[in-house]
Amino acid sequence: MSDQTTPAIQVLDLHKYFGENEVLKGIDFHVDQGQVVCVIGPSGSGKSTLLRCVNRLEDPTSGTILVEGIDICDDEADLNAVRSRIGMVFQSFNLFPHMTVMRNLCIAQQRVRGRGKGEAVEIARANLAKVGLDGKEDAYPAHLSGGQQQRVAIARALSMDPDMMLFDEPTSALDPELVGDVLEVMKDLASEGMTMMVVTHEMGFAREVGDKLVFMDGGVILEEGVPAEVLAGPRHERTQAFLAKVL
Amino acid sequence: MKRSTRRRVNRGVLYGVLVLFVLVAALRLDWTAIRANFFNADGMRENWHDLITIGVKNTIIYTIISFFGGLVLALVLALSKLSPVAPYRWLATAYIEFFRGLPALVVIIAMGFAVPIAFQWTPPGGVIGAGLLALILVSGAYMAETIRAGIQAVPKGQSEAARSLGMSGGRTMVSIVLPQAFRIVIPPLTNEFVLLIKDTALLFVLGVLANQRELTSISRDFMSSGPSAGTATSLMQAAILYLIITLPLTRLVAWLEKKQQRAR
Repeated sequence: MSDQTTPAIQVLDLHKYFGENEVLKGIDFHVDQGQVVCVIGPSGSGKSTLLRCVNRLEDPTSGTILVEGIDICDDEADLNAVRSRIGMVFQSFNLFPHMTVMRNLCIAQQRVRGRGKGEAVEIARANLAKVGLDGKEDAYPAHLSGGQQQRVAIARALSMDPDMMLFDEPTSALDPELVGDVLEVMKDLASEGMTMMVVTHEMGFAREVGDKLVFMDGGVILEEGVPAEVLAGPRHERTQAFLAKVL
Repeated sequence: MKRSTRRRVNRGVLYGVLVLFVLVAALRLDWTAIRANFFNADGMRENWHDLITIGVKNTIIYTIISFFGGLVLALVLALSKLSPVAPYRWLATAYIEFFRGLPALVVIIAMGFAVPIAFQWTPPGGVIGAGLLALILVSGAYMAETIRAGIQAVPKGQSEAARSLGMSGGRTMVSIVLPQAFRIVIPPLTNEFVLLIKDTALLFVLGVLANQRELTSISRDFMSSGPSAGTATSLMQAAILYLIITLPLTRLVAWLEKKQQRAR
């Protein structure tokens, strides 16, 4: 599908309006294969909207988004096929509450990937073990803690064998003591070479795991670079002000 | 007067009025006449058999047919109303407003008598088929709004999660949204079922065959023939039978609603 030099995600001059309100004002941005890119910024800066444009949960107003070289805004593009290769993890988990954990992990494998039940279950078990939740196959989401639910959501995305993962503030809805487990799973993923785009407020994670840090404010990218450098010596004054508040 | 004393006096007065009312009713009412007109003993014995084996049976069959027919229609209407294609929304809205605004009785009469003449077409099943079709058309309009509300009550994140896994819009609706929506609307739909049980009584206007009569038709026949003719005995019996069917269901609705509230 794509050679090593094609960026996993490439965004060119992306604009997005909600009504009269321009939330993305010309974004140029890319994530290389195997890279972990963290996006930070104050709320309302457009960082979640940018992430959601990458698998077209939001329709861009103008601009180009290439996923593994495929223009996803092209009417010819098979959007469902592209989406099935992009794992997405939401702030509010969004597990299917009427299904067991196992069914949550299998339904898209069977209905979208066309895998048989046996194969789907085997892959699901492997991914549950990976996020440290083996034995929870028959539980319903409502009976799990927030941290467990989010790890199931990660396992659900991984069961599709995605080429990349998008995380939309994955730990923001969690109690502080549950954040660690989820970050641990994400770190493991990163060390296995998974391509990741992470919208987050976890500066520690960004510094430790990220290959690139992007700071957004007011719908534009103000600054980007190696996480440790951006965090230690932000050049832009709005970045300085933001980091002074959160660090 | 102290506040607690006043409350006690108030309550005493309320009880007093109630006792007085019951006493007057018991003394003034003509109990012999009531028994003769509402609870004729011969009629009581004679009528049960047909009321139950034909009436209750048909009432239940007609309710089930019009409920599930209406449910399928309602699902189509609800999905049309949420369609991105505007004309579908207009059609569904027009249909729902039209049939919710008409009395069920008018629709039944129209389907049973007017439509066969006007269009030279008799619905399958003859006159009773026409009546059931009318109930389906009306109940579908009511349930459509319930189901639409149920679909919209499913959080947006659910379909976003399904779509981000690569599921198509249709697959998302069938596997993710509708199962959750139906859970939400089970109590109001059960309520609709109870309303339909009572609406089947309107089918009596069609004058159906003897073995097609539901509870109300049969009880009306027993008011003009048989041992309890000229009394309201059979009507009382039908009322009791209706309550035996509907009361457990209304209790079920209350229980389901309580359970759902606890689950949230």
